[in-house]
Amino acid sequence: MADTRMSSTPVISPPARDESTTVLLRELVAHLRQSRTQLREEWARRITEAKLLTAMTPEEIFAEATAVYDNYLEALETGSIEALETYARNLSERIIPRGVETHEVVGIVLLLRDVLARSLFAKYQQDFHQLNRILDAYEPAANRIANTVAVGFVQERERVIRQQQEAIRELSTPVLPVRERLLVLPVIGIIDPQRARQLTEQLLRGIRINRAKVVVMDITGVPAMDATVANHLVQTVEASRLLGATVIVTGLSPEIAQTLVNIGVDLGKMNTVGDLQGGIEEAERLLGYKVIPITVEAPVATS
Amino acid sequence: MAVPILKQRDYLIANIQAALTDDDLRKLRDALVAQVGEFRSRGVIVDVTALDVMDSFAVRTLRDLAHMSRLRGAETVIVGIQPEVAFAMTQLGLTLEGVATALDLEEGLAYLDRKTKRKTTVR
Repeated sequence: MADTRMSSTPVISPPARDESTTVLLRELVAHLRQSRTQLREEWARRITEAKLLTAMTPEEIFAEATAVYDNYLEALETGSIEALETYARNLSERIIPRGVETHEVVGIVLLLRDVLARSLFAKYQQDFHQLNRILDAYEPAANRIANTVAVGFVQERERVIRQQQEAIRELSTPVLPVRERLLVLPVIGIIDPQRARQLTEQLLRGIRINRAKVVVMDITGVPAMDATVANHLVQTVEASRLLGATVIVTGLSPEIAQTLVNIGVDLGKMNTVGDLQGGIEEAERLLGYKVIPITVEAPVATS
Repeated sequence: MAVPILKQRDYLIANIQAALTDDDLRKLRDALVAQVGEFRSRGVIVDVTALDVMDSFAVRTLRDLAHMSRLRGAETVIVGIQPEVAFAMTQLGLTLEGVATALDLEEGLAYLDRKTKRKTTVR
């Protein structure tokens, strides 16, 4: 995915490059290379002035600015944004964890665009016609670069968000072995249809892997559920039975009990117990366990 | 594709190896019900581990098999339904009601041993 995400979706089609545009751009880039030191400093100064990239030190900003500047000129000259794309992705990976925001990244690229444009104005102010032609060549290329960097940054952020979502989802419904053949599945928080589906998958997989006979699903931490999710819960219980496991549902709130009654659940199929403790006791009974308290006075009883 | 039926003690074991046509399923059902009488079997196990689809016909045929063999004196247990298959079945409302299910062959045998109250020695 990493290598196709940007190149496969061109945001702006490359501007048509005829002979004269290429020549103009070459001239333009030569000028910008010459004034490199001065323009780069000007840019870094304006970044600081605009209070962008506050998460980074001035030295870091200057180092990145140099790299961006050179990449920028190369993209202008060759018309190929591939190297810039790679650099932008790499830059995003480095600065996103430090809390750099989208508007800052877009802001600095637009600032560079403006700084360079100003320098062009200054150079060609005598020859209006030539300035126009230069800008015609410069603007589409510069816009495309700005766009590429911004899109790259946003895509990288989205990738991070997706990754985090995945992690949260995996952590949200642990399937816990309690005894041999007994699983507990504590469910906490609102269940939306997507989470319900994932919960089912994890439970069924857990049953297979642990060879569970009884599962206690505790929904004390679920404040409410709608009819769709309640139906899904019933289906999950039935699917577990097809794998040979009994599901005991515990901790139903009055609201959820009402929902289940309203959708007309067949209570013969649903095994419910008031709380988690009762559920585990019932599960142990089904599995043939008997728990005997060990007291100091009485000798240890054997069953 | 014919399904081999193994006889193990009082039980018949049918291990489905690949997707079956409706006709194969019917043949399997008839063969099992016939053999229950022939071998005086007390239990039937159908292993569906290899199936990644269970349609309404398959579910109905398996349910009929369970009911028919019970009438002839044998308990039936379906073993090895895959998690995805199980969930797809419940979503389609095909829940094999009144038919015993178990995780795998071993569980199925344990279930039948319990159900038929016969002490058997494994090992």
